Amino acid sequence: MMLEGITAVFGGIGRGVVDAVWRLGFAARFLGMLLWLSGSCLRRFNLVMREIYFSGVLSLIIILVSGLFVGMVLGIQGYEILVRYGSESALGAMVALSLVRELGPVLAGLLFASRAGSAITAEIGLMKATEQLDAMDMMAVDPIARVVAPRFWGGVISMPLLAAMFSALGVLGGYIVGVVMIGTDPGSFWSQMQANVDFRQDIVNGVIKSAVFGLAVSWVAVFEGYDAEPTAEGVSRATTRTVVISSLAILGLDFILTSLMFRG
Amino acid sequence: MRLRDLCFSYGDREVLRGVSLDVPRGKLVAIMGGSGSGKTTLMRLIGGQLQAQSGELTVCGRNLHGIGREELYTLRRRMSLLFQFGALFTDMSVFDNVAFLMREHTDLPESIIRDLVLMKLQAVGLRGTAAMMPKQLSGGMARRVALARAIALDPQLMMYDEPFTGLDPISLGVIGQLIRRLNDALGASSIVVTHDVQESLELVDYIYFLSEGKVVAQGTPEEIRASKDPWVHQFVWGESDGPVPFHYPAVPYEEALLGD
Amino acid sequence: MRRATIDIWVGIFVVAGLVALLFLSVRVGNLGASKLQNPYELSALFDNIGGLKVRAPVKSAGVVVGRVEAITLDSATYQAKVTFRMDDRFHFSRDTFATINTAGLLGEQYVGLEPGGDPDDLKPGETIKKTQSAIVLEKLISQFMFSSAEKGSSSNK
Repeated sequence: MMLEGITAVFGGIGRGVVDAVWRLGFAARFLGMLLWLSGSCLRRFNLVMREIYFSGVLSLIIILVSGLFVGMVLGIQGYEILVRYGSESALGAMVALSLVRELGPVLAGLLFASRAGSAITAEIGLMKATEQLDAMDMMAVDPIARVVAPRFWGGVISMPLLAAMFSALGVLGGYIVGVVMIGTDPGSFWSQMQANVDFRQDIVNGVIKSAVFGLAVSWVAVFEGYDAEPTAEGVSRATTRTVVISSLAILGLDFILTSLMFRG
Repeated sequence: MRLRDLCFSYGDREVLRGVSLDVPRGKLVAIMGGSGSGKTTLMRLIGGQLQAQSGELTVCGRNLHGIGREELYTLRRRMSLLFQFGALFTDMSVFDNVAFLMREHTDLPESIIRDLVLMKLQAVGLRGTAAMMPKQLSGGMARRVALARAIALDPQLMMYDEPFTGLDPISLGVIGQLIRRLNDALGASSIVVTHDVQESLELVDYIYFLSEGKVVAQGTPEEIRASKDPWVHQFVWGESDGPVPFHYPAVPYEEALLGD
Repeated sequence: MRRATIDIWVGIFVVAGLVALLFLSVRVGNLGASKLQNPYELSALFDNIGGLKVRAPVKSAGVVVGRVEAITLDSATYQAKVTFRMDDRFHFSRDTFATINTAGLLGEQYVGLEPGGDPDDLKPGETIKKTQSAIVLEKLISQFMFSSAEKGSSSNK
C-alpha cells in the first residue's frame, strides 16, 4: 500500500516532467512558426497597431501610477538609509540605478504579464473555444499569422516603452519625495545621478532586459492562449498559467541577464 | 465532390468506416444522422482540417490526401464552412466580419468592399446591423451574418454544420430558405449536416443517412419519405426506440442493480 | 474604437515611450554629460590608482574636462597606466600635475589635473610625467599608527 503510494508519486512527477518538456518543445516550434509567419502582419502594420493599443496603451495607467509610487517609496527608504552615512546627496543616483537596472524592467514586466499577458491569453483562448480560429483556418487565413503574430509583436514593441516610462516616472517620484518633500539639494540629486548612471552599462542594459522580458511574456501569453483547452475552464487555467509562468520567467531571466551584464 | 470508402479514427475510436457519397455541382445535399454519428468529423475531413487514414476524397477535382498547406489554402478559398454557432469574430463589427475575407484575400479598394459587403448583408436581410457588434445579435441573426461572411467570396462548395440547431421556428425557416436560395444563386454545391429532418426534407435535393460511421440509407426526399427501411422510419418520425436503441450499450439492467 | 482613434493613442504611446527613453539617457544617464568635443588622448603613470574606474571623470578646478578611457598595468615599471579622453577645448601645459582624488570621504574617485607654468601644451598621445597616487586609507592609518608608536617609545626613554 505504502509502496504503491510512493510509486504513484514518482510516476506523477515523471509524467509531469515529460509533459513539461513536451510542451516546451511544442512552444519552441510554435515560436518558430510564429516568426516564420510574421512577415504579413509586419507588412500590414495596422494589425500590430491595434495590439499595441490593447497591450500598451491600456496598460499605461497602471504602469505610470506604479512607477511613480515605487519611485516615491525608493526616495523615502533611500533617504532613511543614506542619511545615516551622511550621503543623502547620492539619493538620486540610488533611485535611478535601482530603477533603471532592476525595478523598472522587472516590475513593469510583472505588471505587463498580469495586465496584458493574461488578456492576450484569454482572448486567443476564447477565440479558440468559440471556433473563431477554426473558422479563420477554414477561410484559408492562417490564425497564427492573423491573430497570434500581431498580438505577439504588439507585446514585444510595447514592453520596452512601458518599462522606460516606468523608470522615468519612478525617477520623478524619487525627485518629488527627495527634493520637493524632504528637501535634499536638487543640484546634487541630478548631478550624482548623471555621474553614476552610465548610458551603456545601465540604460542600454535596462532596455535590453525589458525587451527580453517583453519577448518572454508575449511568447508565453500567445502560446498559452493558442494551446488552451477550448472550454471555459481551460481558458481560465491557461490565463492563470500565463501569469505564473511569465512571472517566473521574468525573475529567472533577470537573474541570468544581471549576472551576464553586471558581473565584474 | 466525391468520397470513396473514407475511414477515419481518433486513436482507437473509429468514427468513419468506409463512407462513400457524391455531391454533384449545383445540388444541395443533406447528411443526416444522430448525434455522434460522425457528421461533424466528415465535414472537417472535407475541409481538410483532419486527414483521413484511408479512402479517397476529391474536392473540386483535387485529391485531399497528403495535400500541402499552400495547396490546401488555395483550395479552401473556393469552399466555405458555416460553423454551428456562426463563429463570428467577436472583436470586429458585423461589417468587418463580412469584409474580413475580402480584405485578407483580395486587393479590392475599400469603396468596392463596402458595396460588396452591403450586398451580401442585403442578401441575408441584415444590412441594418452593419455597425453592430456580434454580441448585440440574436442567435439567428448571428448565423445569418455568418452566412453572409461565408458567401463573401462566392465559394463553389458551401458546407453548413448543423445550421438549424437552437433556432426558433421562424429563424429556422429563414435560414433554410437562405440556404436554398444562395445555393441556386451561386450555382455552388452545398452540403448541409443536420439532424433536423422535416426542415431538410423540404429543402434539399438528396439525403444521405449516416449511422455509426457508415451510410445506412440515401435517396431523394420523396424516396426517403416513402422508405420502408426501419432505421429511416425511426429517424424521420422521431421514434424513441427502434433499430437505434434507446439504451446505450450496458450490462443488463437486472444485473447492474442486483450485482455487486 | 475607431481605427483613427487607435492610431492617435498608439502614436501618443510611442512618443511618450521614446521621450521616457530620452529622459533616461540624457537627464538620468551621462549620455548628455559625457559628450566630449573632438576628444584627444592623454595618459599618465601612477604608482597606485586606488579605486579609480574606467569612465571616471577627469577634472580640472572641479570642471569635468575628460574621462578615464582605459586602465592597464605597465609591465616594465609595474605602474598603472591610465589613458584619458580629453575635451578638445581644454589643453594643459607639459608640467601638469595629475592626482587621484576622492569626492567626499566615501565618494567616487576622479583624476584631478593641476596645470603648471610650462608655455608648451601636452600634445595628443603624450604622457603626464608628474603624478601623485591615490591615497589609500589603510596606508595612511598604518603610517599614523607607526609614527605615533615611535613617538610614544621615544618619549618613554
